[in-house]
Amino acid sequence: MAKLHWEDVQPGTVSVYGPRLVTREEIIAFASEFDPQPMHLDETAASATMLGGLAASGWHSCCLLMRIIADGFVNKTHSMGAPGIDEVRWRKPLRPNTRVRVRTTVLETRAPRSRPEFGFVKCRFELLDEHDTVLTTLTCPLMIARRERGVRA
Amino acid sequence: MKYFEDIAVGERTAVGSHTFRADEIKAFAANFDPQPFHLDESAAESSHFGALCASGWHTAVVWMRLMVNYRRRMAEAARTRGEPVAAMGPALGFRELKWLKPVYVGDTIDYASEVIAARVSESRPEVGLLSILSTGSNQHGESVISFISTTFVERRPMKP
Repeated sequence: MAKLHWEDVQPGTVSVYGPRLVTREEIIAFASEFDPQPMHLDETAASATMLGGLAASGWHSCCLLMRIIADGFVNKTHSMGAPGIDEVRWRKPLRPNTRVRVRTTVLETRAPRSRPEFGFVKCRFELLDEHDTVLTTLTCPLMIARRERGVRA
Repeated sequence: MKYFEDIAVGERTAVGSHTFRADEIKAFAANFDPQPFHLDESAAESSHFGALCASGWHTAVVWMRLMVNYRRRMAEAARTRGEPVAAMGPALGFRELKWLKPVYVGDTIDYASEVIAARVSESRPEVGLLSILSTGSNQHGESVISFISTTFVERRPMKP
């Protein structure tokens, strides 16, 4: 399938990507490398913290969300990366053995006048568990190459 | 770590630095951000980045690792002095994360964090909430990342 350009993405589109099972082993492996705090490493230590039990690093949630949208959406576009993240909220802990999905809502598409080669696609991404509870929300503009430089769709 | 009451707005921490190697950039990207410009030198050369560069998420999580290392050193030093160690975290999230420049193979990023706001939590009056501005700069002095995170910190226990 041909990769999507900025012009192909429509505001208001809602898509769900995944699922992916998040295991205890990968929660501990990520935390050991990048966020070795007790609540992400060890059940006993975690139960004494505000999280009340072993939970993935919030950064791990973001990285899993990235992987799911890379496979489901971003790598099916002419992606040019992202300039940043507007906001991330870690709403609920991501526990071991949760089957997660990512609900993606295209909020707006915008073409900067000064850069004719790409457009912005602002999305809200929600990391969901199997009961559709929102664990993490992330809002960010993606940069996607334009089919026709400087021509508005 | 210090209690909420002992932390002043404007306090700045030298968090640490990290040099990004090609193998770790590719390994991280293969796990979490498998876009061609983070995975493969020749694909990256023909992209707008011009050379292999780290996933922005990779640049961010290295800050977290260095911050945890820093807090461990501070906690250890406090215990050596016989002082209590305040609990920190979890974080609620972050905002205004900007990837300002690509991080290329061999770049050394120096991270710093500064407390920019502090208040008592409304929902949990036993803890404080800190807003922390974190930044990373490369060896040329260029900012490559900045973001504002919000995290809980324990308040000093009331004297009996």
